[in-house]
Amino acid sequence: MLNLIWLGLLVVSAVTALLTGNLKQLVNSVPDAAMNAFRLSLGLTGIMALWLGIMRIAEKSGLTEKLSAMIAPLMVRIFPGVPRDHPAIAAMAANMIANMFGLNNAATPLGIKAMKDLETLNPVKGRATHAMCMFLALNTSSLQLVPFGAIALLAAGGSKDPTIIIFPAIIATSFSTISAFCIARTMSKMKRYQD
Amino acid sequence: MSTNELASTISNLILLIFLVGIPVYGALKGVKVYETFVEGAKQGFDIAVNIIPYLVAILVAVGMFRASGAMDILTSLIPSSLRDYGITSDILALALTRPMSGAASLGILGEIVSSHGADSFQARLGAVILGSTETTLYVVAVYFGAVSITKTKYAIHAGLVADTVGVIASVVVCRIIFG
Repeated sequence: MLNLIWLGLLVVSAVTALLTGNLKQLVNSVPDAAMNAFRLSLGLTGIMALWLGIMRIAEKSGLTEKLSAMIAPLMVRIFPGVPRDHPAIAAMAANMIANMFGLNNAATPLGIKAMKDLETLNPVKGRATHAMCMFLALNTSSLQLVPFGAIALLAAGGSKDPTIIIFPAIIATSFSTISAFCIARTMSKMKRYQD
Repeated sequence: MSTNELASTISNLILLIFLVGIPVYGALKGVKVYETFVEGAKQGFDIAVNIIPYLVAILVAVGMFRASGAMDILTSLIPSSLRDYGITSDILALALTRPMSGAASLGILGEIVSSHGADSFQARLGAVILGSTETTLYVVAVYFGAVSITKTKYAIHAGLVADTVGVIASVVVCRIIFG
């Protein structure tokens, strides 16, 4: 899928640029985007180290196990391939809590930590497991309950009642999360995705 | 305190519980918190470096797509029947940009707010769309990049369907609530 999307973006961009005469803009965008990717990755280093350090304390103190035991009944249903006492359970739970409250700076490192933990259960390196796909699906469906960024923009634009969008946003995001769960669960049963 | 301030205070408190509560709990359990923190934090750099190639691949492709003008053409193809539901071309541009770039989609919402007004239907719809969807390709690049996975199975399908459902649900809910 990523092969197709990636190649599609490249080819469509090149053809469009040739037809519209945006060739110069296109070519100029490339080094900027590459530099931006580098900057974003390195920018992640500090906050990544912070949360990995905090999570290591949580693991050593036994907090991770306790949290896992509490939420395992629910998590095992969502991620059937992950043992209930596995560290990935706690990392995924921490990521999803951070996501719900819009703590993106904490959610991304915790999510990466969860992927690292899930990777220890992966029999085939380089290929995603069902649990990874489900975790990604839920993450990309937006778990955030209150969209602070959007509210801030409305407020900055002079809205009389910027928080009016919270309720509809919670409803819409519930629909998208439920659909992500259903699609991932259904597709995990398809023959072509079996190991 | 307004609802927004309350919600953001709760979020910050949760962050503080993670950040301070965990070390305090660790110390109570006899963990050498400082050494343990440093030991865990050491992996941070390796992970970030590991992500670079994946993020370069995605961001360059997305940047080219935007710079080529393909996005403008795509949004201009919108059938006029959709406009009757409040789905103007800028809303469509927001929905199409969202899976690819968080910063760009926030920028588009900013444009919508300034051109239609902060209390307009379009601004509210755009805000709800932004709140119910994610930058799917970015999340995929970062999360799978961290564990060097290139065969993503059905993760992207599910993510993109979820984004689509989020947009449709946003339109329906906003039509009902804001008419």
